[in-house]
Amino acid sequence: MVQFSRLTLKDHFRETHLFNHRILVAGAGVMVLFLALAIRIFYLQVIQHDHYSTLSEDNRYTLLPLAPTRGLIYDRNGILLAQNLPTFTLELTPAKLPNLNDTLKTLEQMISISLEDKKRFYKLIKKRRRFDSIPLRFRLSDEEVARIAVNQYRLPGVRVNAELTRHYPHGSLASHAIGYVARISEDDLQKLDPTRYAATRYVGKVGVEKAYEDILHGEVGYQEVEINAQGREVEVRQGTLPVPGKNIYLSLDLNVQRVAEQSYGDYSGALVAIDPNDGSILALVSLPTFDPNLFVNGIDTDTYQELNASPSQPLFNRALQGRYPPGSTIKPFVGLAALENNTVTPEKTIYCPGYYTLKNDDRHYRDWRKEGHGQTNLAKAITESCDVYFYDLALNLNIDKMQQFLAQFGFGKPTGVDLRDEVSGLLPSREWKLRAQHQAWYPGETIITGIGQGYWLTTPLQLANATAAIATRGHRLQPHILHATHEVGVEQPVDFTPVALPDINLKHPENWDTIINAMHNVIHGPNGTARGIGVNAKYQMAGKTGTAQVFGLKEGEKYDVKKVSKHLRDHALFIAFAPVDNPQIAVALIVENAGGGGANAAPIARKVIDAYLEEEEQDE
Amino acid sequence: MIFKRVIPEYAEENRLSTGRRVLLLLHLDFTLITSLLLLAVVGLIVLYSASDQNMELLAKQSLRLLLGFVVMFLVAQLTPETIKYWSPWLFVIGFIMLVLVLVVGDVGKGAQRWLSLGVLSFQPSELMKIALPMLIAWYFADTVLPPSFMRVIGACLLFAVPTYVVALQPDLGTAMVLAASGTFVLFLAGLRWRTIIIGILLLIPTLWIMWHYGMHDYQRKRVITFLNPETDPLGAGYHIIQSTIAIGSGGIYGKGWLEGTQSHLDFLPERRTDFIFAVFSEEFGFLGTLLLLLLYAVIIGRGIVIATQAQSTYTRLLAGSIILTFFVYVFINIGMVSGLLPVVGIPLPLISFGGTSLVTIMASFGILMSIATHRKLVST
Repeated sequence: MVQFSRLTLKDHFRETHLFNHRILVAGAGVMVLFLALAIRIFYLQVIQHDHYSTLSEDNRYTLLPLAPTRGLIYDRNGILLAQNLPTFTLELTPAKLPNLNDTLKTLEQMISISLEDKKRFYKLIKKRRRFDSIPLRFRLSDEEVARIAVNQYRLPGVRVNAELTRHYPHGSLASHAIGYVARISEDDLQKLDPTRYAATRYVGKVGVEKAYEDILHGEVGYQEVEINAQGREVEVRQGTLPVPGKNIYLSLDLNVQRVAEQSYGDYSGALVAIDPNDGSILALVSLPTFDPNLFVNGIDTDTYQELNASPSQPLFNRALQGRYPPGSTIKPFVGLAALENNTVTPEKTIYCPGYYTLKNDDRHYRDWRKEGHGQTNLAKAITESCDVYFYDLALNLNIDKMQQFLAQFGFGKPTGVDLRDEVSGLLPSREWKLRAQHQAWYPGETIITGIGQGYWLTTPLQLANATAAIATRGHRLQPHILHATHEVGVEQPVDFTPVALPDINLKHPENWDTIINAMHNVIHGPNGTARGIGVNAKYQMAGKTGTAQVFGLKEGEKYDVKKVSKHLRDHALFIAFAPVDNPQIAVALIVENAGGGGANAAPIARKVIDAYLEEEEQDE
Repeated sequence: MIFKRVIPEYAEENRLSTGRRVLLLLHLDFTLITSLLLLAVVGLIVLYSASDQNMELLAKQSLRLLLGFVVMFLVAQLTPETIKYWSPWLFVIGFIMLVLVLVVGDVGKGAQRWLSLGVLSFQPSELMKIALPMLIAWYFADTVLPPSFMRVIGACLLFAVPTYVVALQPDLGTAMVLAASGTFVLFLAGLRWRTIIIGILLLIPTLWIMWHYGMHDYQRKRVITFLNPETDPLGAGYHIIQSTIAIGSGGIYGKGWLEGTQSHLDFLPERRTDFIFAVFSEEFGFLGTLLLLLLYAVIIGRGIVIATQAQSTYTRLLAGSIILTFFVYVFINIGMVSGLLPVVGIPLPLISFGGTSLVTIMASFGILMSIATHRKLVST
């Protein structure tokens, strides 16, 4: 025991020594590790400070895009066609709602919420974050806003948001020309510049709204916002204001447009009126039409189906996309082609018995007047619209020369108008038929091409622009609907510069007179096919009627209006310009399934020209 | 010996002022109590900022601190002999509760750690943090040191079993602390360097086996994320990335109290608990951080001095283990928040919001004070 205790005592000293040694090692270790921590902190806070400062600032500040105000659209006289109205939108923030279903039930007792609204809302809820504000109802009435305001205290997470919404004060008037904007869709997002459209909710879809989207949109602005990790705004700092889109003035004359649209009654059709001096489109009518306001905040499925499935196709822009046979309205152009090619002289006459036959062919090509026109020269053939004369003329001219000459007027090609989705129509030719139908050209086809039937297809816009080219005696301009752009804050609007197209230079300029005189007689001559519209006119007009067959009659079959169902009736066409000595307006129009052009289309032209020229007179 | 210079008044311990005498009678160590109080105040100041000036939270934490100090005071009144006597029993109680947790414990945050005792819920692994070093110190207390090979194996088993049970819960952080506190006792007891080197060499295959068979997916993910936080910047790596940004953007002088943008804009996760150091660092900068590290260093230094002056093997080993374990808390927490170590979920002592570990730590400081003050009473 003694030995043991002595041993223990000795060990005790040794142990103390050992322990002190060990705790010293541990203390040194502690110091080294503390130093490591200090170095690490020094590295982060002193050496890398700038780097982490930047990261921290990045965390802190976010650039919130601000949507620019969309440019307004006016007509040429400054009548407002498209504006931005503050509308109230009901928005819900799911993260702040105590219970979504309860809130919806409460809201339904106060305002009407359609099934469509709910569907869209639930769809958005899945896509957005919980603290995003999601629209439930658009365009709240003042009463609805008031009802929600009164009950706001028991509606946490519900707010009424005022935003600018596009509105078209004239509704369906000129809707095909103006077009509309709609909420940006997934498809749009693929095409749009994500930076520029970062805050924008609407984009032009159709018409001027689409064609001049770039000018109307403006430039996005930014606001620097301090946000927390959940993306909630904490504080707003400085930023760049958005640049509003430019206001634009259209060349449209809303009054002329209104007169034109109203003149159609219940008929479908299209009308284009152009100022031949600068290519300005004064009226662009396509009927039936639609209310563009329906599309702005998303059209409901039923209404859209109704519009889309309607046999009269109200969403289809006939003025730019409708392809119609020009019928007899083509005769002045074909006649000019024959004069220039010396196929006929103004004096040359042929006898019209009411039908035409080719050698070695029994087929009768009928004239619209069964009894015939008798001895007919070119002027009479235009004035009275003699088909037989033009059958013969076309055959002698041949399809190649006819096609070459008419191409100068822009037939078969898009006019290059500043609107989208214009179609080119069809100017028939030998090559075209070989290419498209792998068939040779037959002389019989030349004959009917001479009166604007057969393969011919023109758009009302093409026809109007070609008519304008006659009015100016060959000076051609690209038609355009933009009149001027007006930057906000700048005093004067900037006028649109018309684009000239290659002129038509005749070898014998006096041929213009022959044709124009004949067209003048269509209206003002005693036998003119549109002589009814010249009565009491304060000015002189030149024009040409036309009738386009919707379906072909068998030989010997008689066209009977009463027997033919309405949608198979002939289209009535008319082209005109006035005043003859100083043309200010050129019009081309079609009235679908209305019958003959003289009786059904020409009166509309008179009203339109009246409206425009009277206005001009007042201005002077 | 260095520590005498850090705490100069230590040299004059024989010429005590009246205040010191009172402290001694209350069994409180002046350096420790002032540093701990200072730390508690700093903690409340940071928490005020980290909780977005939530007074309710602050009151709660103050109450916990008060409880902690009371526990510390009560433990300090016990003599080291009493503590030593209870060591094995405390361990047995702790171990039984630990096993009980595995069988009937509540599942919180995907891990079974809590034992519900009616109104009180209790984390037995916290009790183990004190009981384990006490047991190992007790185990070596009356033996010849450096320990024999069989003793070392015995001690290893004694701390490996509870460590393993805690790891099963799973609570990797506490398991590491337990393993560390046991290892410290072994090391201080004079474990031969040869054995230490062999142990480290054995650790590598053990870790490999642990990685493949002994770890939960989330634990493995934490390690991977630690090695490369950018692999998962919005998931597990988010914590580390955001806290380093917070610290780094603090700079030398810091953004100022209540001005930390990272913390106040909710970018910093767990900013009241495990990541509170980042809030402190962001707002008080490098200088503030250095002062905080200094405060911890003072506490650890004083602890080491107490250990060297302890009179028995038991008190010496226990005091050494307690203060080194305290260091481990500080080091692992700051290391993980600053991106030096993986995220293991260990709070920053006295600063982090939270109750259980605070009470444990204060109880262990009570033991340190008991060792420091009763020694003097015995010597007079």
